Amino acid sequence: MTAATPSKQLRRHEWLTLLQRAAVSRRGTVGLSLAGFVVLVAVVGAIWTPDSPTAFLYEPLQKPSVQVLLGGDYLGRDVLSRVLAGGWVLLVMAVAATVIGVSLGAFQGIEAAYLGGRTDTMIMRGMDVFLAFPAIVLALLIVGTVGPKLWLIVLAVGLGHVPQVARVMRATALDIAERDYVKAVELQGVKPTRIITGEILPNLVSPLMVELGLRLTYSIVVIAGLSFLGFGQQPPAPSWGNMISENRIGLQTNPWAVVVPAALIALLAIGTNLFADAVARAAIGADREVEQAFVRTEAAKASQ
Amino acid sequence: MIARAGTRRRAYVRAHPIASLVAGRTGQGIITLLLVSLVVFAATQLLPGNAARAILGFSATPQRIHALELELGLYRGWWSQYWGWLSGLPVGRLGTSLANSEPVWRLVEPRLLNSAVLVVVSGLTGCVLGIALGAVAALRHGSLLDNSMTVGALAVLAVPEFVVAIGVVILFSTVVFHLFPGVSLLTPGENILQAPRLLVLPALSLVIVTIPYVYRMTRAATLEALESPYVEMARLKGVPRWRVLVQHALPNALPPTIQVVGLTFLRLAGGIVLVEEVFDFPGIGQGLVNAVTDRDIPVIQFIVIALAAFYVVVNITTDVLALLCSPRRRIPA
Repeated sequence: MTAATPSKQLRRHEWLTLLQRAAVSRRGTVGLSLAGFVVLVAVVGAIWTPDSPTAFLYEPLQKPSVQVLLGGDYLGRDVLSRVLAGGWVLLVMAVAATVIGVSLGAFQGIEAAYLGGRTDTMIMRGMDVFLAFPAIVLALLIVGTVGPKLWLIVLAVGLGHVPQVARVMRATALDIAERDYVKAVELQGVKPTRIITGEILPNLVSPLMVELGLRLTYSIVVIAGLSFLGFGQQPPAPSWGNMISENRIGLQTNPWAVVVPAALIALLAIGTNLFADAVARAAIGADREVEQAFVRTEAAKASQ
Repeated sequence: MIARAGTRRRAYVRAHPIASLVAGRTGQGIITLLLVSLVVFAATQLLPGNAARAILGFSATPQRIHALELELGLYRGWWSQYWGWLSGLPVGRLGTSLANSEPVWRLVEPRLLNSAVLVVVSGLTGCVLGIALGAVAALRHGSLLDNSMTVGALAVLAVPEFVVAIGVVILFSTVVFHLFPGVSLLTPGENILQAPRLLVLPALSLVIVTIPYVYRMTRAATLEALESPYVEMARLKGVPRWRVLVQHALPNALPPTIQVVGLTFLRLAGGIVLVEEVFDFPGIGQGLVNAVTDRDIPVIQFIVIALAAFYVVVNITTDVLALLCSPRRRIPA
């Protein structure tokens, strides 16, 4: 038994090795430093800001100067302080939505693949129904009826990931569920839940990591978008998405109030996407195969 | 006689796998749409407490709440409410908007047209450019051009649509240049075809987010086609390079390309929501955001179901077209 399955030590470290390999690749390094910079800004801002992010200190849309580095926003609040304070909630929400979406989706996909038959059909048909909603539309539907609560947005964005993650994980798990070592454990009478967690899941570490990276990028994009639309933290709380939309009227006078939060969101998303791609490359290998995996993931959004 | 007709009919279906596949896909699509409508309806039932009070707010008089309850049919059972809504969809009886008490269809119809124009213009432009760039990159696989375009695509692909749109506003309409209007305000009764200048920047933003996506999908599909056994065989036979491309690789690259175009349009259905909001473009994306802000449930329901129906229809169309274009898949499994 111990000879047939890889040692616990090796399994536990597979994800770490993957992250390490991704981090030392060129794309990985660039991605990690971009995302790392933005995370640093958000974390610093969560602890310390030069001024109160909600106090009215200057003229509305005051131009930047040596004393007021990024100028004032449309109500005369300090843009620098608002930029610093406006990121950490987005990060927390994105991570939470990703974890919810990927774990639920992986569970559904693996369950469908392993149990097969009618369960499989039922689960995947259900997923098809939710695929018909673009992520942001699903979130808007839920937020529009219940109201813009932060936990609800996290849940809605997480649920939006579930069908796509389930499809990808099901496709990978189908192959593993047929392997001899799974059959062997089955014949010993081990319960399905134990087989899923003990035999199938450890073999899905790489695709799970790739999904986590991809979904994190999507979570950031959707949550920042919702916040831009006004469905996120409510004013006067600062958030990057919110700042972009409220300071648009002052684009001519003080563009920094829009440019800086927009750039931070863009850098964060680019960074996580590059790193996710580096993880995919570390897990899968050749360029052609990574690209085909991308096509498969995308195709999972459509057609039965 | 009846029995013979039955067998002949079955033989006909077997002889035309495409017909049966199309019928199957359409049937699946209709079932999906029905389930989608149930989800949309169920979501609007999530409204906590009394829906009428939640919509009108706490300052509303009991008379107004009562009137709204009657209008929304809150006294009926959920099944009757659902059926009332569903049966009205195909005939355009969509109820009245809660925000400005106009019929939903009259509010949404011009928006549907404007959004359709925006999606078609930007989708087609983005697809043509993305397919061309992707094919070039695949033909020069591993070159500096390929590598830099691929990394560029990876970066742009991650940037949220609304950030791209804001960037476009900054570049072309406010801070740097003043070439095109940054706000697409139409006079009432006018549609976007009558004011094409207003279409430029929203369409440009959507094209920018579309190109890297199409590029990446096309590049992968072309790489796969170029490395396939039949292309290798043709090359080994000494067929000229251009003929290998046109006669062998291209027909087999057609189905995946159709799929790419379909997926692009599906992506745009979500993308228009944010881009329309940035430009105040009078389409259904902005309509949805406004309706969500006002909690105008009949409008939300209709726009969401329209977007989902768009998804199902595009999906079936792409599947069928891809099927018609690939000789291999015409043989029933």
